Amino acid sequence: MMRRILLAAAIATLGLAAPTRAQQTVDIQFWHGLPQPLGGLLEGFAEEFNRSQARYRVVPSFRGSYPETMVAAVAAFRAGTAPHIVQMFEVGTGTMMAAGRAVRPLHELLAEQHVAIDWNDYLPAVRGYYSLPDGRMMSMPFNSSTAVMFWNKDHFRRAGLDPETPPKTWAEIEQAARRLKEAGLACPISTAWPTWIMVEQASALHDTPIATLANGFGGLNAELRISNPLLTRHLTNLVNWQREGLFRYGGRDAAGDALFPSGECSIVFASSGIRARVIREGRFAWGEGMLPYYDDVPGAPRNSIIGGASFWAMNKGPNATRTAEEWRGIAEFFRFLSQPEIAARWHTETGFLPVTRTAYERVRQTGYYQQNTGADVPIEQLLRGEMTENTRGIRLGGFAEIRNIIQEELERSFQGQQTAQQALANAQNRGNQVLRNFERQNR
Amino acid sequence: MRKTIFKGMLLPYALLAPQLAITLVFFFWPAGQALWQSVQRQDPFGLRTEFAGLDNFVDVLTDADYLAAVARTLVFSLAVTALALGTALFFAVLADKQIRGARMYRTLLIWPYAVAPAVAAVLWLFLFHPSIGLIGRALNQAGIAWDYRLNDTQAMLLVIIASAWKQVSYNFIFFLAGLQSIPRAVLEAAAIDGARPAYRFWTVVFPLLSPTSFFLLVVNLVYAFFDTFGVIHALTHGGPGKATETLIYKVYVDGVQNLNLGASAAQSVILMAVVIALTMVQYRYVERRVHY
Repeated sequence: MMRRILLAAAIATLGLAAPTRAQQTVDIQFWHGLPQPLGGLLEGFAEEFNRSQARYRVVPSFRGSYPETMVAAVAAFRAGTAPHIVQMFEVGTGTMMAAGRAVRPLHELLAEQHVAIDWNDYLPAVRGYYSLPDGRMMSMPFNSSTAVMFWNKDHFRRAGLDPETPPKTWAEIEQAARRLKEAGLACPISTAWPTWIMVEQASALHDTPIATLANGFGGLNAELRISNPLLTRHLTNLVNWQREGLFRYGGRDAAGDALFPSGECSIVFASSGIRARVIREGRFAWGEGMLPYYDDVPGAPRNSIIGGASFWAMNKGPNATRTAEEWRGIAEFFRFLSQPEIAARWHTETGFLPVTRTAYERVRQTGYYQQNTGADVPIEQLLRGEMTENTRGIRLGGFAEIRNIIQEELERSFQGQQTAQQALANAQNRGNQVLRNFERQNR
Repeated sequence: MRKTIFKGMLLPYALLAPQLAITLVFFFWPAGQALWQSVQRQDPFGLRTEFAGLDNFVDVLTDADYLAAVARTLVFSLAVTALALGTALFFAVLADKQIRGARMYRTLLIWPYAVAPAVAAVLWLFLFHPSIGLIGRALNQAGIAWDYRLNDTQAMLLVIIASAWKQVSYNFIFFLAGLQSIPRAVLEAAAIDGARPAYRFWTVVFPLLSPTSFFLLVVNLVYAFFDTFGVIHALTHGGPGKATETLIYKVYVDGVQNLNLGASAAQSVILMAVVIALTMVQYRYVERRVHY
């Protein structure tokens, strides 16, 4: 009796599980890490793609911040339920490149699906960041940003500073901060993404490497070199300013983003991508300018490096495969995103860079930059001067963990438990351990 | 004492089966997986696995960060346990009296137990946040530089208070029941003999409460070791620096954030062994002192 019931149940379950889609749309799961308003804009593009054709349906879903999205995607892959496309931030590139068959290299996918994208049109910094040494692309660049400075013109006026002339060097920043503090402003300087901006960008601007082998582009056996005079000088300045009340530590990762639109802090260093948020939430006059530098360092200022993220096509799991239709859908979505109109609109609606020259030219010809001052600062800063191997970007495995290590050591310095020099030395040791672990895992 | 006698074996096993199934699926299976992963080295995507023997354990036990986390967890657990037990006992003694509204006080004191740990943490965040918290802003305006996101000690203090707060209700219920089971005759006899209330408490009430206290000590220590993850994650994320990174939080950071599954599994195996040993020690030695 029992056996018959079990048999019937088993057959019924099999029947339910049998795939019934013959002519239905193919769902493409797309995980991203952009909060509002950027997430909404990105999902809007997915909607446009869905409306433009009936075969594939991109299903976007917000999975938390960039680090959280990365972890979610990796865990999903282990469980065999990885999304078709994941938005992976730039520091996850090292990990994704070493991911083996967890990811589908972009060049392979596009070649298989006969989708042609003109990579020469993409900005060199963007193209170089996400490609193999021989130039073959591994992931689809889309939202590339760089770090900029936002300043509160109303606060500047109150402090007797010229609101239209932002400080250009760190010496000028310090002077401005002192005047702001004297005028009674509680938070003259702050920053979001402390490691990205104060360590990585600062190093690039001064043509200083943070790791050997061209910041890791040359191989897995790169070593950190953050314990150097430039960073020691800069971080010591930050620690001293924090003690004097000129600089306020805004927290890790994107926590400092809120400090500018709320009008709390006068000068904030953040991703150019928060421009959309500042426009929406800022109730004061503000400006967007380039990052400051130390003018006594030869060669400074150089180009800044990109941040942001790219889209990676993932396999489903260690033992699962995707259908040809799914791969086609992913390739078609990437083709849609590579169109100049899309890249141009993404740039003008947010503060991210126009990733192709065609998009940049289009936007320039509409006179957009005359009407929106500061919107061209990110790309001007990115294209400034000639790129060197210290300003191409960073490709280190386990870099998300290394960033946290640097942030931890910085936090100890801000509390007065160690000097900035000790913080950098500790961070370099701990970070090198992470790199050696990564190298061993991916040998 | 009446015992229930079952005829045959099928019914008792069938009645036990759901609980055994839950224990197997939610305890033995994950524990087994943790043991398995702790002797291996894997890449984050699970594509390359190599057997590493005890290497992960050696790495973990010789890591200065891990030893610092052990010290931190000891401080944290002892503080949470002491605070939770002491406060709960105090409230139980007060609520045991015959006063007006006693039942209302007891209900209100029990309510916090229903709050989920992460929600409790957010409640405390809204109280103590330096920019948006009532008490946080008041402290800063009164001249105290309160910012638990930057100050080690303040972060630890806040996390201890938030964790203990949650556990006070649970302890309170048990202490109240324990107090109410003490025969009045014994207390009256002590009072007649001239013992003052405080003396009566420490020499009569407290020893008679010892089975309850011992049980709660074990429960509170295990709570402080394991269940405080939600509070720490929602309040401080283990920061600033590593100030509130207890052992259980370190397991999460290494496993989920840093994707180092071998080290994380090794840590959770060590943690499991520590708590098992702790419980065994307590049952063997402290049980002797318990007065029934």
